[in-house]
Amino acid sequence: MEYVLQMKNISKTFGEVAALHHVNFEVGTNEIVGLLGDNGAGKSTLVKIITGYHCPDPGGEIFWKQEKVSHLTVSKARDLGIEVVYQERALADLQSLWRNIFMGRELSNRLGVLDQRGMVRETRKLMSTAMGFTSSAVTPESTVGTFSGGERQGVAITRALYFEAELIILDEPTMGLSISETRKCLDFVDGIKQAGKSAIFIDHNIVHVYPVADRIVVLDRGTIAGQFQKGELKFDELIDRLTHLAQTGHLETNHPKAR
Amino acid sequence: MASANTTERPLSPAKERGKFARLLRKYALQIAIVFVALLLWAFFFWRSPLTWGSYAIYNSLMSTTPYFALMAIPLTLVVVAKEIDLSFGSIMAWGMAAFSVVFMALRDTNPQLGVYLGFLACLLAGLFAGWLNGFIVVKLGIPSLVTTIGTQFFWRGVVLVVTDGQGLGMTVVKETILYNLFVGRFLGVIPAQFLWTIAFGIIVWFFLNHHKFGAHVYLVGDNVDSARLMGVDVERTKIATFAVVGVAAAFAGFVVSEQVLFLWPTLGDGYLLNTLASVFLGGTSVFGGTGTVFGTFVAAFIIAIINPGIVAAGWTAYWTQLIYGFIIVVSVALQSILRKRLT
Ligand SMILES: Nc1ncnc2c1ncn2[C@@H]1O[C@H](COP(=O)(O)OP(=O)(O)OP(=O)(O)O)[C@@H](O)[C@H]1O
Ligand SMILES: [Mg+2]
Repeated sequence: MEYVLQMKNISKTFGEVAALHHVNFEVGTNEIVGLLGDNGAGKSTLVKIITGYHCPDPGGEIFWKQEKVSHLTVSKARDLGIEVVYQERALADLQSLWRNIFMGRELSNRLGVLDQRGMVRETRKLMSTAMGFTSSAVTPESTVGTFSGGERQGVAITRALYFEAELIILDEPTMGLSISETRKCLDFVDGIKQAGKSAIFIDHNIVHVYPVADRIVVLDRGTIAGQFQKGELKFDELIDRLTHLAQTGHLETNHPKAR
Repeated sequence: MASANTTERPLSPAKERGKFARLLRKYALQIAIVFVALLLWAFFFWRSPLTWGSYAIYNSLMSTTPYFALMAIPLTLVVVAKEIDLSFGSIMAWGMAAFSVVFMALRDTNPQLGVYLGFLACLLAGLFAGWLNGFIVVKLGIPSLVTTIGTQFFWRGVVLVVTDGQGLGMTVVKETILYNLFVGRFLGVIPAQFLWTIAFGIIVWFFLNHHKFGAHVYLVGDNVDSARLMGVDVERTKIATFAVVGVAAAFAGFVVSEQVLFLWPTLGDGYLLNTLASVFLGGTSVFGGTGTVFGTFVAAFIIAIINPGIVAAGWTAYWTQLIYGFIIVVSVALQSILRKRLT
């Protein structure tokens, strides 16, 4: 399989805390990878290394379409085509909706003068299509601090959608969403698959991950405990094995750990 | 394109009202500050119509308010970015110390050239001092409050060493165009520095509200983690805000010295309180993420009329300091209350 993203020997230490040790992780072209793991397993840390927010410890290597990327930064990752819905949503509460949508890559001319009209127009369009905002109280000028949890999520997801990405990472996007909103979010992940793009989907609810993922990777205390291809394992079996992992710290796999 | 059509259709009266209310809410702080200014002015006028009915007081306000308004305007950027700068007073003098070094070197051969190059040196020195503030805050991670208290003393010390504590006559400046350009009288009546302050205010306003740089200043001050996650160059943005204050302070120092045609090594003392008060009274939040250049500009003039207003009304000027302090505390307290109500 062709890989869009390949990470080799990735470790990350925060002072005393080793969040990741020697992780090998990859995402194939047009593959949806479900990433599972307990609280504190290191999922978000892995995500933030992919997006250039954290720098991995020396020795780790990152490849984008078989090309080695050194010194990945957030803006570089975005230029490569990596978009993220962060677990913490990464919004600026006192700023308007349109400023949040275009945060960090405002539409502007070459001198940096903002195209405010353009951004407001695009935001209004996105509101009625992607975000599905129905409340008439919400306008592109509304500050996002006043939004409901679901609306905030909608903003974060829409923002990732807007800038057509090659690889979209969703870190617990369904957290706090209603059933219908969750459905929409999962449809969105399916849409990524249909569009020929790749995704990493993190969710604590296996029921959400299982149907949409091509491959499921289980992270446990900073290491890859195992992975399963779609269809290799029935849903119930997966649950059994994850429960077993939680109890014993050991995950049975049909394959050797390192692929 | 259904959404585009709905916006072009004429708005119903109810929608029109909603839009009006929204605009009102958006500019509430700016409208309020203008009302405060007018009320205060009317009050002082009532207490002393003689003073406030003559042009002299306005001439004097337009000459002296720029001294700190020039710094309060860019300081707004720093505060919006959730930082603070207390060193600008010393940077005023440090810029002029750089001026004096260059000027003295050329005084005997080409004093006019000395003024021009000295002016350039002054701005560069201010730029450097501002950049250094930002560098220390961002790269070493030291809180800006501590950093700029430190650099405040440091630059004052440098000035005293460089000038040996002596003043410097600047009458030569009168022979250069810089004099008329910065402190002359436009059309014979309007102090040039007032027009420069307006121009500078418009430029900073433009950058804050219509440029990527300003967008990033708001984002950094609002939520620095979000900004960083979304690829905003937090470091560069913060350093730039400090650097602008540095240049502006040096420029203000030059304007003050030009006006009095003398360079005092104590230049900049006494500007701290009114500059900070202008920013906070102008509605810029100490919590970062919100603030306007317009608010700061109007507030600077409110601060400026307090002292003459009190004196003209026949009260003792000792009240001034008390009122400045009171204004800072009250406006910051109001921001805290507003913030709790909004979020
Ligand atoms: N910036 C940081 N500084 C210090 N420690 C950190 C930092 N970020 C994460 N950690 C630690 O690294 C470990 C992994 O955290 P991470 O956020 O990656 O977990 P996670 O798998 O995303 O968990 P959750 O499901 O709760 O989101 C945790 O022990 C966490 O405390
Ligand atoms: Mg996480």
